[in-house]
Amino acid sequence: MGEVREVAAAEITGAVRELCIEINYKVSDEMVEAVKRARDDEESPLGRQVLDLVIKNQELAAEGEYPYCQDTGSTVVFLDVGQDVHIVGADLEDAVNEGVRRGYRDGYLRSSIVGDPVFERKNTGDNTPAFIHTRIVPGDQVRIQVDAKGGGSENKGRHAMLKPADGLEGVKAFVLKAVAEAGPDACPPGIIGVGVGGNFEYCAVLAKRSLMRKVGQPNPDPRIAELEAELFEKCNALGIGPQSLGGTQTVLAVHVEMMPTHIASLPVAVNIECHAHRTGTRVI
Amino acid sequence: MPVEVLDDGRKRIYAPLSEDDVRQLEAGDVVLVNGTIFAARDAAHKRLIEMLDAGEPLPFDPAGQVVFYVGPTPERPGKVIGSAGPTTASRMDAYTPRLLEIGLKGIIGKGGRGPSVREALKRHTAVYMAALGGGGALAALRIKSQKVIAFEELGPEAIREMQVEDFPAWVVNDCLGRDFYAETVRPWRKNELLPQELRLPAEP
Repeated sequence: MGEVREVAAAEITGAVRELCIEINYKVSDEMVEAVKRARDDEESPLGRQVLDLVIKNQELAAEGEYPYCQDTGSTVVFLDVGQDVHIVGADLEDAVNEGVRRGYRDGYLRSSIVGDPVFERKNTGDNTPAFIHTRIVPGDQVRIQVDAKGGGSENKGRHAMLKPADGLEGVKAFVLKAVAEAGPDACPPGIIGVGVGGNFEYCAVLAKRSLMRKVGQPNPDPRIAELEAELFEKCNALGIGPQSLGGTQTVLAVHVEMMPTHIASLPVAVNIECHAHRTGTRVI
Repeated sequence: MPVEVLDDGRKRIYAPLSEDDVRQLEAGDVVLVNGTIFAARDAAHKRLIEMLDAGEPLPFDPAGQVVFYVGPTPERPGKVIGSAGPTTASRMDAYTPRLLEIGLKGIIGKGGRGPSVREALKRHTAVYMAALGGGGALAALRIKSQKVIAFEELGPEAIREMQVEDFPAWVVNDCLGRDFYAETVRPWRKNELLPQELRLPAEP
């Protein structure tokens, strides 16, 4: 066991604040590359026009005056907390939410969270609470990944408990149907995050986590990487294209993550990300 | 003001719109919207319909007007508005036919519309246009002024009156019942790579 290392909650707050602002204005280099590649590969003239506009929007947002998208997202925060870390000064989740509050205020970002889903739906006014996923991991560092997730694409997510007999073909058909049904609503071209296996809730988190991977980086398991490549080709065969105006570039990448599951189960979840893919990481 | 057809085929329109203006807009047209439009999204729509149900006057008369489904980010000092692209239109499907009944003529959003809205657009001679989804920074530059006119407590979902200049959008559903998205995807679908249920026949 290592020495216990103290990490000030204020440092976590500061990192979350900075990340919220940074990702909502400056698209990552990998997304710039992914959209450029789609622009070069797109066969439809209308699709190319749309992608030119997407590139212009990236450039304008990066100047720091206007966020990339008016939906500056729900704030999803992945925390990997080293087991040798002792957080001091505030509760961990309060520290994260304070970072969100400050980031959304200081960055002129939109508050897009309502306090309850069906009664009053009153805006909380500061984009809190964040959706926080915490893991305790070996080591003495805190890794913070923040994702600003748009509601339009999130709404197009799908989850199903397939039968084991549905197998790999069933998984493929489910993913393709989800992308086809999302159509123009999820602001294509985007990234398709797929979770396969686990149980009901792990599967959904797996899909979300897969979106956090570097865009287009294949799964290290060659069988899964092959599935990703096949789904990428087939999603693009749907012909939806940029903004559903028709074309060959419906998705920028398909990421699949798998995990063990029950002998009775084949859970699958599809979490769709729009072209406004905004994520960033800090390690303390 | 009447619809202007530019040399490149784009159509410049001025809100509010007349029925005659709407009839000149066809699915697939690229339009440049000018004039006064009204920003309203989910929560504002819910309230508008509740007011109609209660027989109360609305904060603006939708007759002839264009509604833009948007909830902008807060404006930075010295700026007219923050990022201001369209939100998903189908969430407003439950409310839209009521507003079309009382004269709403144009809608700007993103994504597709359900059959009830497509039918209502036809019945009431109105048009649904899509702007670039996820293009909020670019959209902001086409908005020349804006002010909250109702439901300020809804924050980003308040109703705003906006002046726009050559705000770009494309016509998705016209008043003849055409659905542009049904036409755009078909020629690009590679049926041979897809499961049976996702194949599209070459002709509708």
